[in-house]
Amino acid sequence: MIVLAGKRLLAMLLIMLVVSFILFSLFESDKMAVAGKVLGAYSSLEQRELWLTQNGYDAPFLERYLQWVGGALHGDFGNSLQYKVPVSELLADRLKNTGILTLVFFLIMIPLSLTLGVLAGMKEGSWLDRVISVVAVLTTSIPEFVTATFLTGVFVYSWHLLPGTSSMTGGFSWKELILPVMVLVIYDFGYVTRMTRASMAEVMTSQYIRTAVLKGLPYKRVIMRHALRNALIAPFTVIVLQLNWLLSGLVVVEVFFAYKGFGYLLVDAALFGDIYVIEACVLVAVFVAVFSQFISDIGYTLLNPRIRFS
Amino acid sequence: MSSSVKLEDEKAPVKREAGLKLFFKRLALIRESPVGMVGAALILFWVVMAVLAPVLPLYDPNAIMAPFQKIGAAAPDGGTFWLGTDHKGRDILSRIIWGAQKVLIWATFATFVAYVVGMLMGVLAGYKGGWADEIVSFIANIFLSFPFIILCIIIVATLGASGWTVVVAVTFASAPQIMRIVRGLVLDLKTRDYIFAAQTRGETPWYIMLVELLPNARGPLIVDACLRLGYTVVAIATLGFLGLGLPPPDPDWGLMLKEAVPLGAFAGHTMYLPAAALASLILGFNLLADGLREISLRD
Repeated sequence: MIVLAGKRLLAMLLIMLVVSFILFSLFESDKMAVAGKVLGAYSSLEQRELWLTQNGYDAPFLERYLQWVGGALHGDFGNSLQYKVPVSELLADRLKNTGILTLVFFLIMIPLSLTLGVLAGMKEGSWLDRVISVVAVLTTSIPEFVTATFLTGVFVYSWHLLPGTSSMTGGFSWKELILPVMVLVIYDFGYVTRMTRASMAEVMTSQYIRTAVLKGLPYKRVIMRHALRNALIAPFTVIVLQLNWLLSGLVVVEVFFAYKGFGYLLVDAALFGDIYVIEACVLVAVFVAVFSQFISDIGYTLLNPRIRFS
Repeated sequence: MSSSVKLEDEKAPVKREAGLKLFFKRLALIRESPVGMVGAALILFWVVMAVLAPVLPLYDPNAIMAPFQKIGAAAPDGGTFWLGTDHKGRDILSRIIWGAQKVLIWATFATFVAYVVGMLMGVLAGYKGGWADEIVSFIANIFLSFPFIILCIIIVATLGASGWTVVVAVTFASAPQIMRIVRGLVLDLKTRDYIFAAQTRGETPWYIMLVELLPNARGPLIVDACLRLGYTVVAIATLGFLGLGLPPPDPDWGLMLKEAVPLGAFAGHTMYLPAAALASLILGFNLLADGLREISLRD
């Protein structure tokens, strides 16, 4: 178990290292372009060269890369070109907002999709199963910003119930959180529901469930005590792996509702050419994605004693 | 040796015809899946619209006429704005149909490029094994660790927004996934007798990979390609919505939505119509893929 965790951790570090190298080469291998971005398109050549010397850009590429990685490990990503504040401050604030959104999303999505998945998988082929499966396919195939458009049309423009943007300028507001969370839940619950359903349906056809039913246990007890325990292992992995998938969705939803989170910051930075912010955001996103993969691998092994990766 | 080549040449056309016939027979099986039929119909509708775009009596999609016209309003030149006009006064029907053409062309092209790259990587990793496998798999893992949209954003931020950038972005994001599927299929296929036969015949590894292995891996790949076309349409529209996609003023469904949503309060149709168009096309790809999977599981 520890060997496995160590191996996975090593692979994770290697991936982070390569990703950071790719990022750094993409955005900072051309020094002049960096100076141009920092000082503006109309800065003179002398100004750019002076700035490069002052900021240690004369060092060889590899040395600069190592310095940059060292800084990044301490949370020092330089200053944002657009907002003129340290990237780490900006990022910490935005990550907090995204964290709130993600937490509320998971608190609603997990119970909902597990319940629906178990209900559908308990009796494969029943009308309830069919309805849930069809709804899950439909909602998952429609992209977030299309769902968001329809929901905005109904709740904001027609019924005037909810605000159409969630910039939270007047402090934290639950009302502004409803639409972003709703869009994310509608888009994402289908996948987890389908996985739970498949897992549950498979468990329900297994021998030990038949034995439990045949020996006369109450149906409720068979489901709660026997079936659920095994059926919920696969959805656990899916939910954790969902984080990678969710990050893409978060970007779109945050931009749609102008929610001041991490995804909004990234797109904003990409449109402005704020390279230090882009680097920091992407590193964080890839770290979250890789780390969730690690957690899901380890968790799956812990939860399911039958599986041991060698 | 020469006689055996001749023999193959004689047989080749017959075999190919049978292959094509089989393919169409398989394709016709879609009739047995109602879900697949609905999906195929939705896609066919948009493909026909896209193909007919130059001949249909449409206004120029970029021509600026009367802004915020309602559905079915009369145009100044005596025609009709069947679906109204947008905030700049451009004909929405025309923009949706030309937008369909654009998104379908770029999505097909991008998916095709991603498939070529992904299949080559996959067949190489699966057939060669060893170091080739390690290296290709590691590269794939690197790109798979990026969330899809974030990879697209980095690529657009470095290369600038254009159709070609979208192709590059989709290739980087999709090829590793295609590679994994193909690698898995090839690992299974390469133990078959006909591969040993080819090896014994002395065929080159590339001949075996491209002519013997890839064609036999096509079954699951067709379902995946269908799903992936849908994802690519979503990706292109999403990038357009984020302002990072195909550059304006040419019509793009994602960009149309981005521009229309803030004005939805007094011109709802300008945002509902592109949203519905996008939803129907993507639903089409998903339903067709579901239908194809259902049929392929049956035999």
